[in-house]
Amino acid sequence: MIEVDVLVVGGGPAGMNAALAVADAGATVLLVDRFYKLGGQLVKQTHKFFGWADRGAGTRGFHLAEDLAQKVKSHPNIRLLMGHELIGAYADGTYIAATWDAHVKIKAKKAIMCTGAAERMITFENNDLPGVMGAGAVQTLMNEYGVMPGQRYLIVGSGNVGVILAYQLLQAGAQVDAIVDVLPKLGGAYWVHAAKVQRLGVPLLLRRTITGVYGDGRVEKAVTVAVDERFEPVPGTEMEHHVDVVALAVGLMPLADVFQAAGVKTVYVPELGGFVPWHDELGHTTCPDIYVAEDAGGIEEATTASLGGTLAGLTAAKELGYPVDEKAVEQYLKSLESFRDSSLSQKVKEGLNKLRSGEHA
Amino acid sequence: MLEIDGFPTIEDVRTTLPSEERLARGPVAVHECFQDIPCNPCVASCPVGAISMEKLTSQPIIDHDRCTGCGSCVSACPGLAIFLLWKKGEKAQVTIPYEMLNAPTPGETVEGLDRYGRPVCEASVVRVVRMPSLDKRSKTMLVTLEVDAAYMLDVRSFRKG
Amino acid sequence: MRRITEHPILEFPERKVITFYFEGKPLTAYEGDTVASALISNGIQAFRESIELHRPRGMFCAIGNCSSCLMVVNGVPNVRTCVTPVEEGMTVERQLNRGVMP
Repeated sequence: MIEVDVLVVGGGPAGMNAALAVADAGATVLLVDRFYKLGGQLVKQTHKFFGWADRGAGTRGFHLAEDLAQKVKSHPNIRLLMGHELIGAYADGTYIAATWDAHVKIKAKKAIMCTGAAERMITFENNDLPGVMGAGAVQTLMNEYGVMPGQRYLIVGSGNVGVILAYQLLQAGAQVDAIVDVLPKLGGAYWVHAAKVQRLGVPLLLRRTITGVYGDGRVEKAVTVAVDERFEPVPGTEMEHHVDVVALAVGLMPLADVFQAAGVKTVYVPELGGFVPWHDELGHTTCPDIYVAEDAGGIEEATTASLGGTLAGLTAAKELGYPVDEKAVEQYLKSLESFRDSSLSQKVKEGLNKLRSGEHA
Repeated sequence: MLEIDGFPTIEDVRTTLPSEERLARGPVAVHECFQDIPCNPCVASCPVGAISMEKLTSQPIIDHDRCTGCGSCVSACPGLAIFLLWKKGEKAQVTIPYEMLNAPTPGETVEGLDRYGRPVCEASVVRVVRMPSLDKRSKTMLVTLEVDAAYMLDVRSFRKG
Repeated sequence: MRRITEHPILEFPERKVITFYFEGKPLTAYEGDTVASALISNGIQAFRESIELHRPRGMFCAIGNCSSCLMVVNGVPNVRTCVTPVEEGMTVERQLNRGVMP
């Protein structure tokens, strides 16, 4: 059995920042991740990050991940348990992390769950054919292992994930057939991200959706069709795309099952991506010893995940009786507010208001 | 249109342009960042303090008279949305951030592409430099193209012939 | 299906070459690969069959979440190959059923 002050679940930007905040305050941390390497989804981001220049903006995502992982690994108060998945959470502070054939019992006074998110799937003919992948999966193969799963790619979804994937594919020397989106306008990507791939010749096909993929044992062709104002397919507008990979970038959903298992109240908030644990700005959930940070608490992005992780870490440490700089907490809260002071954060803010008001309060 | 596909119209582009006189004097930074993205590396990257921002989510304001055209912000901008322009009589130089393989070499002739990736004119490569700016590990390159002055506001990309 | 050898931003330093076995056939991978990335780099995309309809399935999420990439590794079924490092001498088989524990 491992006894520890704080258990952190997830080694992405939220989890690593949470672990560092707790450990810096003097508490002991066990960080569990089901992957064998730290970094979460930051490791595959080749673009420079937005945000504050004095907090890593202008630095590429994978460099930010490396820097954070280095700090986490060298911190004397942090112990790592990689390749383990959390499979049990009990009311008395007992947690079980397991590999396929062994398990570890953990006793923790507090737990910060930074489980992140998973990619969504959409319905179309043969959507289970090998070659249909999550956009993040293509990024992982390409940028983490240097493996290209295909030669020509169709991307479904024009949010930041889809558009960034297109750019990364071009960097790796692949061909991007097109980015399609069922919406009549960009599906949430920053204009500048969309502009930088289109000026390199990648077509953005709006009001168009995928209807099927075809091939012998793997994708050889995809078919898309235009849609009308009511998102109904327009007959006769079918287009064939000769691609061997279809990357789905159709949104993310928070990984909330671990909260449900632990007895934390979860609420369905579409603006936040689905079921999310009820939580406040400091990361408190409805269970006094369990905390959360984004994206598990709502789909946003890496900068807010980092801030959320730090805030949850500081809060957990403080509530364990470790000295925490109150001014720093105030400062992080203000930073979060100024980051979200943008039309781009409108949806998230609406979601958080919904979560924290009315019947869920 | 910006809201539809992320492209500024020529009217949008004109809102951030320096004066004709400044464009003729030497390279000057021009941004095409029209959205309230929470982001400020351009401000921090400028060695002469020519870029300001009301708050994190404001668009940058470039003081074109103070700007020396060094290109630091072009390399630092996470959105690759800052360019250098220099109108030299009949010709114009356009400097573009570049993060792809097969960088061109000075003297080479390439196809100048517009914001939609459509060919618009011939361009000759004047300079290719790697500029770290804020990020010492950055590998972003700055590619300077020379085009007919008439295409200065159109060419924002290129393709090797 | 290829390995990136040149990239404008990322570096892929040389890694130790290892041999593993897919359905008895020796294949090459690099240390640090997962079973899934090693197979895909060898052009293999069909990792298993669906239980009822026996349709081919490949990797989908790459984060150990979706179960699309489960295979029989060293005789053990239901291994999430996208988060399992490939090792020298490892045996990997397509999984055609729910799996039988050894």
